[in-house]
Amino acid sequence: MLTYTIRRLLLAIPTLLFIALVIFLLLELSPGDPMAQMPMSIPPEVKERMREALGLDQPWWVRFYLWLYQFFVVEPQYWIDGLFGTDFAEGAQRIISFQSKSPVFDIIAERIPQTLWVVGMSYVVGVLIALPIGIASAYYQYSWFDQIGTFISMVGFSVPTFFTGVLLIVIFSVNLGWFPSIYDTTLVVDSWATLGQQIKQMAMPVFVLALYNAAQISRFMRASMLDNLGQDYVRTARAKGMHEKVVVLRHVLRNSMIPVVTVIALGVPQVFGGAIITEQVFKVNGLGQLLILAVQGNDIPMVMTLTFIFAVLIVLFNLIADVLYGLLDPRIRYD
Amino acid sequence: MTDATLVKTPSQAREIWDQFRQHRGAMIGLGFLIFITLFVIVGPYLWDLDPTKSDIRNKNMRPFYIGMLFGEKWGWNHPLGSDNLGRDVLANLMYGGRISLAVGWTAMLLSLIIGTLVGVLAGYFKRLDGPLMRFTDLVLSLPLLPLLLVMMLLFRDALRAAFGPELGIFLLIVTGIGITSWMNTARIVRGDVLTIKEREYVLAARSIGAPSRRIITRHLLPNVLSPIMVSATLGLATAIITESALSFLGLGFPSDFPTWGKLLFDSVDRMESFPERVIWPGLAISLTVLAVNYIGDGLRDALDPRIRGR
Repeated sequence: MLTYTIRRLLLAIPTLLFIALVIFLLLELSPGDPMAQMPMSIPPEVKERMREALGLDQPWWVRFYLWLYQFFVVEPQYWIDGLFGTDFAEGAQRIISFQSKSPVFDIIAERIPQTLWVVGMSYVVGVLIALPIGIASAYYQYSWFDQIGTFISMVGFSVPTFFTGVLLIVIFSVNLGWFPSIYDTTLVVDSWATLGQQIKQMAMPVFVLALYNAAQISRFMRASMLDNLGQDYVRTARAKGMHEKVVVLRHVLRNSMIPVVTVIALGVPQVFGGAIITEQVFKVNGLGQLLILAVQGNDIPMVMTLTFIFAVLIVLFNLIADVLYGLLDPRIRYD
Repeated sequence: MTDATLVKTPSQAREIWDQFRQHRGAMIGLGFLIFITLFVIVGPYLWDLDPTKSDIRNKNMRPFYIGMLFGEKWGWNHPLGSDNLGRDVLANLMYGGRISLAVGWTAMLLSLIIGTLVGVLAGYFKRLDGPLMRFTDLVLSLPLLPLLLVMMLLFRDALRAAFGPELGIFLLIVTGIGITSWMNTARIVRGDVLTIKEREYVLAARSIGAPSRRIITRHLLPNVLSPIMVSATLGLATAIITESALSFLGLGFPSDFPTWGKLLFDSVDRMESFPERVIWPGLAISLTVLAVNYIGDGLRDALDPRIRGR
């Protein structure tokens, strides 16, 4: 298992390099020029010098190499310096956003908590809802509970999150006035009242994403439970007189969780991608909104870095899913 | 043996249809899909208002049901109301649906063609299997939505200049969705081709000297048709959602071409006072996707010979 993990980790390096190259070349085709926003009155030779200062006169492979160097060497150095107060980076050039002229990673660090809170919470809530629903729908297959559960999960992944979000805003913040429609990031939670406010403003985005995630995971849970409920070992367990609760919740559930756990792991990066839309609906200033702003503002270093971080997440969680599958199911042997 | 003893076996298409009819959700879904298709194709001939024409005197009209219930400004000239520029909501829904559905169908077909091609090539030719499947894995680990957003932004002006605003953006969106959604089809088709090509009838075809091209088109493709059809329905649903998501993020069609996603996006700013303008396009997207997903569900059951006929 360890050798497999190491092999996969090594294989991830060329994959990520290739992905970085694809994203970089795609952005390279961009007709957008970061100098386009500059005033017309700047003389051309000064403009040329500014381009040089931004490093835009270098050939693309030089810039690609420099970006890789900054991403994998310089930025971790700054990160370690920040943690331990050391000075590895020695003032090396960081990845700078074209729009705000500040280091890309500082902006990302500001945005990550909102995304993690909203998206992470919604994924946890989604999983917690999905598992019991999936188990019950499989156990009482074709009952009214199963029919309703199937219908709701069908609705959950058919209705796009931007419509559920807007619908909830219309109902709960416009008509009923229960929840705010805009996520207030400046809110500092230091008392019960602000905690309540925080929960209130998180309720709708979390619910929207949770419904969407729960819909998919509960389908998998149901299918996996159904696969296992018909197996011989279940009959054996019943035949030797075990309680139904033990049979279902211990024997069947454990075996059914194996594929579901990998599905849950595989879904994590997708959630970050899907959150782009939900963050836009509820005006949560997280990573997704940052990406949209960067795309609209032609902020190439920011788009590049963010997209690459999403890619790293996908590759990482694919790996985690595969390793987990091997760990949980002794029948799977990769070596 | 007389004719009377012959039991007429129904054709395969007939059997599939009979099984499909058993699935109530799928039948309702099919009905709705036919309805919405007629609504967007035939509708504009019956309700021939220009969706982009602004009728500024009758702006901000409410739909008839709100007007009747709460006595607000409404009229039969705009039964579902009009927007802040006086454009008719009903006509916009029809024309928007035309574009949304056209994008959905074309993008789905494109991704199906790419996916089937890659899948068949990888499954049939051993030498291509490794590289093609590695490539598929690579594309699957790309962050697709961000890349799609970037693509929209980068190629928008170039394509608009080359093909005109409407066709250019249409081609861009269709290609973008098509080349980012073929991977699952490719994987499924490859898996099926791998098992089917070991069957005796393929061996028999090869032994009488049939070239690869004919084996693929005559023997392999008809047999992988059912997984392709199921993934087609899924593809249609995701294509419609992706298009409206792009429009919703403001990176889809230009503002004078309505699509359902675009209508929703344009109405979000005023949804406090005019919630119906958000709800109608959103409902159209959601119900269409729901219908398509149910059809896919029914199709999966109907095409599975283990379930059929039970």
